[in-house]
Amino acid sequence: MILDLIRIALRALARNKVRSALTMLGIIIGVASVIAMVSLGQGAQQQVQSQIAGMGTNLLVVMAGSQKSGGFRGGLGTSTTLTPEDVEAVLREAPAVAAATPTVSTAVPLVFGNQNWTTRAEGANAGYLSIRARAVASGEFFTETDVRTAARVAVIGQTVANQLFPGLNPVGQIIRVRNLPFRVVGVLVAKGQSQFGQDQDDTLVMPYTTVMKKLLATTYIPSASFSAVSASATNEAQKEITGILRRRHNIRPGQDDDFTVRNLTDVAETAEQASKVMTMLLGGIAAVSLLVGGIGIMNIMLVSVTERTREIGIRMAVGARSRHVQYQFLIESVVLGLTGGLLGILIGVGASFVLSRVFQWPQLISTTAVFGSAVFSMAIGVFFGYYPARKAAGLDPIEALRFE
Amino acid sequence: MSAEAKPVIELANVHKIYDTGAIRVHALRGVSLRVDRGEFVAIMGASGSGKSTLMNLIGCLDHPTRGAYHLDGIDVSQLSKDHRADIRNRKIGFVFQGFNLLSRTSAIENVELPLIYAGVPVTERHRRSRQALAAVGLAQKENSHPNQLSGGQQQRVAIARALVNHPSLLLADEPTGNLDSRTSVEIMELFQLLNRNTGNTVVLVTHEPDIAQFAKRIVVMKDGRVILDQPVRQRRDARVELASSLYEKPLEVTLS
Ligand SMILES: Nc1ncnc2c1ncn2[C@@H]1O[C@H](COP(=O)(O)OP(=O)(O)OP(=O)(O)O)[C@@H](O)[C@H]1O
Ligand SMILES: [Mg+2]
Repeated sequence: MILDLIRIALRALARNKVRSALTMLGIIIGVASVIAMVSLGQGAQQQVQSQIAGMGTNLLVVMAGSQKSGGFRGGLGTSTTLTPEDVEAVLREAPAVAAATPTVSTAVPLVFGNQNWTTRAEGANAGYLSIRARAVASGEFFTETDVRTAARVAVIGQTVANQLFPGLNPVGQIIRVRNLPFRVVGVLVAKGQSQFGQDQDDTLVMPYTTVMKKLLATTYIPSASFSAVSASATNEAQKEITGILRRRHNIRPGQDDDFTVRNLTDVAETAEQASKVMTMLLGGIAAVSLLVGGIGIMNIMLVSVTERTREIGIRMAVGARSRHVQYQFLIESVVLGLTGGLLGILIGVGASFVLSRVFQWPQLISTTAVFGSAVFSMAIGVFFGYYPARKAAGLDPIEALRFE
Repeated sequence: MSAEAKPVIELANVHKIYDTGAIRVHALRGVSLRVDRGEFVAIMGASGSGKSTLMNLIGCLDHPTRGAYHLDGIDVSQLSKDHRADIRNRKIGFVFQGFNLLSRTSAIENVELPLIYAGVPVTERHRRSRQALAAVGLAQKENSHPNQLSGGQQQRVAIARALVNHPSLLLADEPTGNLDSRTSVEIMELFQLLNRNTGNTVVLVTHEPDIAQFAKRIVVMKDGRVILDQPVRQRRDARVELASSLYEKPLEVTLS
């Protein structure tokens, strides 16, 4: 019996192909936009996430100087209280901190043969790779011994390699940094632009001791990077770092810190929150169009019931029960909703594929959105078809037969 | 009426009042009527006398405001909507003046409609629908749609649909109202044949006295009451008339 009712419903829809298609269009557009929008939002979210994760592994950055720029102190990084010994102490004493490096940088002119290029020289220790989530493409990174001895060695980024060594292997070459000879020991794996549009390959990494002694002649460091043991330990690490530095800098309770700890997990969370809100907003707008599509189904089903009053009368006269009529119309609206939903999924998936290409974002088809809209479009069929179907089922056979 | 004959229809003092808010129409004012198995009754009367109202009650399309109605010995006067649907499906075949076929649906699919709601399996459904179409002489037209058929052919499809569930009662409200005289006689031949050979009880409404002459009994209504109920004298036989010179080509009807 139910199979017969499905067959009857399908034939009724097939009879009015254009109308059925137009009715489905609302659902198609609704579902397609939900999927495309949610995929787009999640793609963006993923993009932001990976960029932030790419800045370092569970990264915390400490900068000398207070964020509350009180009184005589200058801006961040200008205070002279942070030292490499502070960094070593934190690494020794803070259980939540897995790796640490002083960071110091300065702009330097580079010369190799007749090529020259100005870039940023970054000073760090051998933990740089793991803290910054980077890797060496060729050659190797400098060692702890190089750090101890303030050796004139450097690892260069891909951009620097391209500028100074077009068509040459940079490893083993001697370049001049501010007229001092440095040996290139390795080349970093390319990383592209940072979230803030900075070229992360336009860099030159060397022992921080070398930068401090040979290039800047200072004894303090402007900042340091720390890696927490896990993503969930970053807050704990922040507390430990703060405690240790305050003790080492003899800051009394109630006094402001003379340094600032930035927790990139916080930044990541904020960014994630923002893109989640965007996803929900886009999805919400798309869902409204889905709702409009549902109302379209209801509208057409009501018209259809009125138009087919006589048919309903005939069916009832030969023995159709109310619920047979009700199911017949309900099936029609569910088929409209579901078919529209499936077509919408196809189009939505296609659209998000194209969008991800255009924006060069990761292709992320949300299975939740796909299954959700399949179920939802069916539910829309039931919900918006229910009233018209009830109306059809409630008709009086005699009056339905008299209907002109 | 013999004592042992089983009544198919038994109406006792039936009233029907249409209450449409502003106006109340007392369409039936105490109708009592008994129709036995195998009878062929023609209901006549002026327009508005309540014939269709009575047929709708008998056909379980509606229920009486007052009074009792027993169909095949069962009191059906106050059944629920669904129960009445089941009774219509199993016991009653209804033929309308306007044919009431589903448009854009083939003859055979129109005929099998009652069987769908009776839950008859597909193959059985097709077999019985073909048989019913053959019985009304339309075996060749099973795939034709109503708009490809003449009025007489459409009415025969409707009769096949009414027959397909082997109902105990065949009701027809002005079945020849939209047909020419020869086609009307052909339709009446079909009813007479079904009544004679298959033992179907037939009740039909007609305006035309010469159509009523094909029945065995005439009931005349006026203002919602039965004013005359008598057997037909000089009954017409459609088969004989069609065979005679009066109408040119006799209709071949066979019942399996
Ligand atoms: N659904 C209805 N609502 C209100 N009044 C109705 C309804 N159906 C019929 N009537 C009224 O009941 C009375 C009997 O109508 P009915 O259709 O039974 O007459 P009839 O004998 O079949 O007439 P005709 O020969 O014209 O078909 C009429 O006065 C009609 O107006
Ligand atoms: Mg009438």
